[in-house]
Amino acid sequence: MPTVEMTVNGKRASAQVEGRTLLVQFLREKLGLTGTHIGCDTSQCGACVVHVDGRAVKSCTLLAVQANGASVTTIEGVANGETLHPMQEAFRDNHGLQCGFCTPGMVMTAIDLVTNNASPSEEEIRHGLEGNICRCTGYHNIVKAVKAGAAAMKG
Amino acid sequence: MTATGIGASVKRKEDFRFLTGRGTYTDDINRPGQSHAYILRSPHAHAEIVKIDTAAAQSSPGVIAVFTGADYDKGGLPAGWQIHSKDGSPMVEPPHFPLCKDRVRHVGDQVALVIAETYAEAKDAAEKIDVTYKELPAIISTADADKPGKPQVWADAKNNVCYDWHLGDKAATEAAFAKAHHVTKIDLVNQRLVPNAMEPRAAVGDYDRATGEYTLYTTSQNPHVIRLLMGAFVLQIPEHKLRVVAPDVGGGFGSKIFHYAEEALVTWAAGKLHRPIKWTAERSESFLTDAQGRDHVSHAELAMDKDGKFLALRVSTIANMGAYLSTFAPCVPTYLYATLLAGVYTTPAIYAEVKAVFTNTVVVDAYRGAGRPEATYLLERLVDKAAREMKMDRVEIRRKNFISREAFPYQTPVALQYDSGDYDATLDGALKASDWAGFESRRAEARKRGKLRGIGISTYIEACGIAPSAVVGSLGARAGLYECGSIRVHPTGSVTVFTGTHSHGQGHETTFAQLVSDTLGISIDSVEVSHGDTNKIPFGMGTYGSRSLAVGGSAIVKAMDKIIAKAKRIAAHLMEASVADVEFKNGTFTVAGTDKSVPFGTVALTAYVPHNYPITELEPGLEETAFYDPLNFTYPGGCHICEVELDPDTGVTKIVNFTAVDDVGRVINPMIVEGQVHGGVAQGIGQALLESCVYDEQSGQLLTGSLMDYCMPRADDLPNFKVATQSTMCTHNPIGAKGVGEVGAIGSPPAIINAVIDALSPLGVQDISMPATPLKVWQAIQSAPAKMAAE
Repeated sequence: MPTVEMTVNGKRASAQVEGRTLLVQFLREKLGLTGTHIGCDTSQCGACVVHVDGRAVKSCTLLAVQANGASVTTIEGVANGETLHPMQEAFRDNHGLQCGFCTPGMVMTAIDLVTNNASPSEEEIRHGLEGNICRCTGYHNIVKAVKAGAAAMKG
Repeated sequence: MTATGIGASVKRKEDFRFLTGRGTYTDDINRPGQSHAYILRSPHAHAEIVKIDTAAAQSSPGVIAVFTGADYDKGGLPAGWQIHSKDGSPMVEPPHFPLCKDRVRHVGDQVALVIAETYAEAKDAAEKIDVTYKELPAIISTADADKPGKPQVWADAKNNVCYDWHLGDKAATEAAFAKAHHVTKIDLVNQRLVPNAMEPRAAVGDYDRATGEYTLYTTSQNPHVIRLLMGAFVLQIPEHKLRVVAPDVGGGFGSKIFHYAEEALVTWAAGKLHRPIKWTAERSESFLTDAQGRDHVSHAELAMDKDGKFLALRVSTIANMGAYLSTFAPCVPTYLYATLLAGVYTTPAIYAEVKAVFTNTVVVDAYRGAGRPEATYLLERLVDKAAREMKMDRVEIRRKNFISREAFPYQTPVALQYDSGDYDATLDGALKASDWAGFESRRAEARKRGKLRGIGISTYIEACGIAPSAVVGSLGARAGLYECGSIRVHPTGSVTVFTGTHSHGQGHETTFAQLVSDTLGISIDSVEVSHGDTNKIPFGMGTYGSRSLAVGGSAIVKAMDKIIAKAKRIAAHLMEASVADVEFKNGTFTVAGTDKSVPFGTVALTAYVPHNYPITELEPGLEETAFYDPLNFTYPGGCHICEVELDPDTGVTKIVNFTAVDDVGRVINPMIVEGQVHGGVAQGIGQALLESCVYDEQSGQLLTGSLMDYCMPRADDLPNFKVATQSTMCTHNPIGAKGVGEVGAIGSPPAIINAVIDALSPLGVQDISMPATPLKVWQAIQSAPAKMAAE
């Protein structure tokens, strides 16, 4: 079995994995980072979005070995200790989550979206969230949250 | 109102853990020594199992055990509700074993259970199981299932009929039709949907050899119900040896109410193998095994007098049950559907016939709204059609037939007694918020841009707050539907609230904490809400039918009443006053007419450190439990208005405005209530425009078996919503709450389709079915009686 090594949330992590192990499985099962979720098997739902070398990636579309040597940030690495990231805070302030299952992926996508477009319009936000499915909120409050999060990230 | 009290939009207590990835969902749980299960499923819709050879799988790397139906020696999954047919005979109730014995009845049916050290090894081994099937013809179509000569799902169910049920006064209805000025008729399909909670179902079974206790961690909306059903009926494990934990659950929408085969299998096999066993559905398995929703084919007729006053309604519906009876399936198209056919109208005579049929498809059961969206869609499409035929205004025909605000309590001809409502008020609110009056100018403006604009309305009612036990018992329920709440006041004055309801997105940890902190006058940070564990919570019936606040919240209020009553006696002792003179307000006990006072915290401490205490009259401690059985259903209602713009070149429907004004009774947290409406409306829009569960009629293969094939609403499919509440109070529970979880999914679909038909009406189009996809709309435009005028 190959050994993979990467930096996850600023810490070195390595483990032996089967070649077929997905990055999301590596994070959840080998590192115990269960904040990254698996909601589908066709890379449609976005519950597993993490940042790999600064880009939002569906971690179910990547083998763990493909992320060898990469720097990965998961939802567990976003807050500063017990202080929420402005985007997390915006989701809380705007009731942008209900059951919480899609939330980690949604927040990771939202941060990436704002990193690439500091002042997204509502249309750009809705388009940007197209790869993340939420069944609870109807997106109304998620869109509001991303807008507020974008403003807070600038501030 | 305080910043965290009843009526305040308090930010949710549960959000921090969800936002930081610290939630604990079932698949996040790993037990020491855990093994993994994979279930081999039927590739055929209908087949005999001739032979299963598991030898190669047994010796596959990592495999611990392989079980088939022949090995399974326990009971089948029970149905929780018995319906009787018109002739008095009980419904056909076929066996439903967690592993098929000799026949598979839908694609995805459970054929073999493989347990291995890793999930991948279990899955690899399952590929080595050699099953010989003898394929049989399958019946898929809801409309055709009861026709003679079709393939039979069950030998006992002649023509695939599970029951042939009716409700209402047939003779009175026929008499009213005989003297009608006009009869409007409609044929409708309420298509099958896949609930698709974002968290796939999962279950971890564990067995403790030291104590003989089983534990099941599962993705459930009602852990006590699972313990009852699985313990008593399926595996025969007594309640004191069976713990069911439903931790954080990632959405349910009904699909996680039911007791599923996989829960029984991992628990059963854990007991046999003395190893914890985890099973987690892949999304493809969710599509093939989670109970699906709706699936009605109906014909309805509305009799009116010359002024458009409704005289009578008759409805005939075929409801698809799938291949087996899921937990609550039999009651959905009967007591949660036909009883709502009066809607918000005074129709004096109603007669409904419902035939439930078996088909070779996944089971159908409650999905957000459960029966009530089907009733609302039927009525509100029918009323719109009646208005067109009678050349009456759509709003006026509704107003003319509304149950007036003075008429409550109002007894309908289909069993229910509505306690309160004001349908004119919610209608007026929605008309104003949506600028209904200004619509025609918007239609004209859109027309100049080459777009077809339409507006649609739905005025609805639903029955929830499920349910008075005696009533549902008389209708065939095999359980009571009360709720349990427990309040534990700790020595230092903080409080743990135990509720038998379950929160999987609804925000109970916040709403219930508001209710308790406001009533007891303590900080919301001193209140913790605990749910989802049968070893912690005395009892519960769970969360569905928008019952959590109306029934579960009422149990909590009753428990608080007991706490306050006992605390007053302690306070009276401390203040050397008569109990009758003690008052409790804002967290402080006082004696009327004096300056004596004792804070709640002091009373709590005294209860646990009873040095100065009326010990001969009163036990120490401050903890109370209450069970609350509602006196009636609750009846949320309201008005939804949808405005759409259609692109005639592409057939794409865009929702440009959506307005919901709902009467949900008392609102504890407006932010959460609005969020519930948003989510419900989104699912209603999904049904109206996007979603449809499609099987191949010949092979029975699920054609929409993934999120690539089944069209879930995404952020760019939906608009912003205008939502407001305009409430009358529920008259029979202590909170006044009616419920909000389902209103969005119930009220919205007919408003949307009525809007699409309104947009197409200049072309002479009178009907379009759900989902109104771009293809369907484009085809309707192409084959319309009138053509679009050239621009």
